[in-house]
Amino acid sequence: MFTKVRSLTALLLVAAAMVAVTAGDARAQGQKKIIKSVPIGALKIVDPIWTTAYITRNHAYMVWDTLFALDAKNEPQPQMVDTWNVSANKLTYTFTLRPGLMWHDNTPVRAADCVASIRRWGAKDGMGRALMGFTDKIEAIDDKSFRLVLKQPVGFVIDALAKIDSNVPFMMPERLAKTDPNTQITEVIGSGPFRFIKEEFVPGVKVVYEKFAGYVPRKEPASQAAGGKVVKIDRVESVYMPDAAVAIAALGAGEVDVIESPANDLVKILEKNPNVVVRPNDPLGYVLFMLVNHLHPPFDKKEARQALLWGIKQAEFLEVVIGDSKRYTECPAIYGCGTQNESRAGAEAFAGFNPEKAKALLKAAGYNGQPIVQLDPTDNAVLHPAALVATQTLRRMGVAVDVHAMDFSTMTQRRASKNPPAQGGWNVFLTNATMTGIANPLLNTFSLNCEQAWYGWPCDKRIVDLSRQWALELDPAKRKQIIGELQKVHLENVTYIPLGQYRSVIAYRKNLQGMIASPPLFYWNVEKN
Amino acid sequence: MYRYVARRLLATIPVLGVVALVVFGILHFSPGDPAALIAGDHASVEQIAAMRAKLGLDRPVWEQFAAWSWCVLHGDLGLSIFSNQPVSHLIAQRLEPTIALTLSTTLFTVLVAVPIGVIAAWRAGTWIDRTVMGFAVLGFSFPVFVVGYLLIYVVAMTLGWLPIQGYRKLDDGLGPFLTHLVLPSLALGISFMALIARITRTSVLEVLNQDYVRTARSKGLAMWQVLLYHALPNAAVPIVTIIGVGIAVLIGGVVVTESVFAIPGLGRLVVDSILSRDYPVIQGVLLVFAGVYVAINLGIDLLYVVLDPRIRY
Repeated sequence: MFTKVRSLTALLLVAAAMVAVTAGDARAQGQKKIIKSVPIGALKIVDPIWTTAYITRNHAYMVWDTLFALDAKNEPQPQMVDTWNVSANKLTYTFTLRPGLMWHDNTPVRAADCVASIRRWGAKDGMGRALMGFTDKIEAIDDKSFRLVLKQPVGFVIDALAKIDSNVPFMMPERLAKTDPNTQITEVIGSGPFRFIKEEFVPGVKVVYEKFAGYVPRKEPASQAAGGKVVKIDRVESVYMPDAAVAIAALGAGEVDVIESPANDLVKILEKNPNVVVRPNDPLGYVLFMLVNHLHPPFDKKEARQALLWGIKQAEFLEVVIGDSKRYTECPAIYGCGTQNESRAGAEAFAGFNPEKAKALLKAAGYNGQPIVQLDPTDNAVLHPAALVATQTLRRMGVAVDVHAMDFSTMTQRRASKNPPAQGGWNVFLTNATMTGIANPLLNTFSLNCEQAWYGWPCDKRIVDLSRQWALELDPAKRKQIIGELQKVHLENVTYIPLGQYRSVIAYRKNLQGMIASPPLFYWNVEKN
Repeated sequence: MYRYVARRLLATIPVLGVVALVVFGILHFSPGDPAALIAGDHASVEQIAAMRAKLGLDRPVWEQFAAWSWCVLHGDLGLSIFSNQPVSHLIAQRLEPTIALTLSTTLFTVLVAVPIGVIAAWRAGTWIDRTVMGFAVLGFSFPVFVVGYLLIYVVAMTLGWLPIQGYRKLDDGLGPFLTHLVLPSLALGISFMALIARITRTSVLEVLNQDYVRTARSKGLAMWQVLLYHALPNAAVPIVTIIGVGIAVLIGGVVVTESVFAIPGLGRLVVDSILSRDYPVIQGVLLVFAGVYVAINLGIDLLYVVLDPRIRY
């Protein structure tokens, strides 16, 4: 009997101790300012140069810093760079780093780190590779300064170093930056405003960041990715939730503070919650577009591709994908509307929706009703509904559509096939991209032609030449003129078919203040009351 | 007995070998390209090819299988293509939530389903029996995610009694650990409970007509004593069998429950890995699942000996 009583007492003591420990933990956590967020996707890859995944880019902005960054007007501003100058012959760029920059292992940031980082980024990123193609050498002058010497003057050096879309040129310690660009780095050490907490990282589920006490922010106010990255919280716990409805319920109940990308069809529920703010986060947003295969009939003929321009109504796609007309806009511009390179040249077909003309053009191109293969990634919340609209649109033009449903991963392999559609190839698929990722001829991978062409393999030598001219041109007025010509040629040859632009929203609890509007969600400048 | 166990354990080796071969074959001959997913939309064809080569995905499939099998035989499940972390580490990170969910569901289910199954058998043909069987039919009819959403809406959102989502480790405290498991266990356990209740009722009903039960009752034993000491032990073999099978089914069922309740378990790991074609992770997790199934079956076989002394191996 005594033994039983003793055991019971011991059990109660253990339970009481556990409760006390838990309460202590809770108190300790309660004193810290923690933001619990639901990110745009599951973070598995931590290296922003190894992948272009946006979730990895967003993670990287927490941990790493950049030499330059785009402000709210999408103009490059120095970030890690204190001063910089360019030689009179426009060939040598010299950069000096800000004082006080430290890595998270408390060693100073050196110019050699930046040189190695630019080289690694330049081996992977499209704009980076273009820059490296024009670069004669890049070298450290001393611990704080380095220079980039060009073979010939180009107009996009600072634009490239300030780019906000993947791959962003993040600066890493030299030992990490010397990693082969096709191999993922094994350490997450940056000089950004937050430290990555390795012990709490569960790939695909949870990532935790804590304020880096050694970070010295710039004096200017925060402006998109530029300006002072002043951290006003202690910790960010980012936990991915696969079920969109449950994430929304959790935000409504206050279990989480932010949903970085709530499902479009559930946004209206959140808008009714007085404790939640719902607003567009990315000033420019995304673009949706249709790719056609230029190698195989019927879209190997220019007239058949042009038929699609006449037979497509952008609003139909945007209404299905987004629904809220305040969040989408019709746009025929290959480099996007609202960007510095917006042009509507040659876009008459978009204004004059005419399915009959589309049918006539298809007939003129020799289309005789053979089925075309359309790829439909059914696990993608944006591309699948858009694909359904595309199917109906094509059928309205008299095209026989054979829809191949698959998951997105399968589509990434299938779209790379140059085989005829009946032998594992394809004719049509849809995809989307951030506006910041398509805003000029070097960034816009999808608009490349001939040897560099993306899937669909368009080839018009005029586009290759004009793109090169744009890269070399230093005069903004002449650049604008080249963009107009490019736009016209792109639409004439139908590199791809723009289906309009849309903006995603973020949703957060009202007690958060100071959220910065930007393509990635930043957690500096944010206060939690 | 020991020889039997040793024989069964040895027999798991070819089973796991076949599982490994089949899983590897299905994965590598199905479409999808992890290199293209990693490189992203802005990558060129050459960059994707370079990535594929770096990951070793351009080698012949038999060569990849041989290399992977060699590592597995040495206790190394490889590295995740995406996170670059050891598969064994990823599995270890996700094991606790899945074990906790499976055990809590099993415990809760058995504690409820066996008694109501026994009572239904005892009161066969009455309204109690019909109610239990009605519940069993309903339990089977509701998919896990429907029950999950209903529970979230009613218990968590409307009444505010329990958290909506998430998982807390036991290290975070017993209270948070248990409160985060209640709704997922209920959602996952409803159909399992229906199954066990039905099997228990059938088994006990059969036993209740046996002579030794009649003898026990004629000795003047109370009904609860007859049910507990005579009927239930003799009806236990099919019940234990179905519980064992059910646990194996539960491990498959946690995929949906883990997704609905945002529990970072093995189910989600395997689904995420399938969608991204993270071959080493899929292969590793499925090998673990196969091992667990084999172990559960072995455990059930050994339990038969305890429950029914007539069974000998």
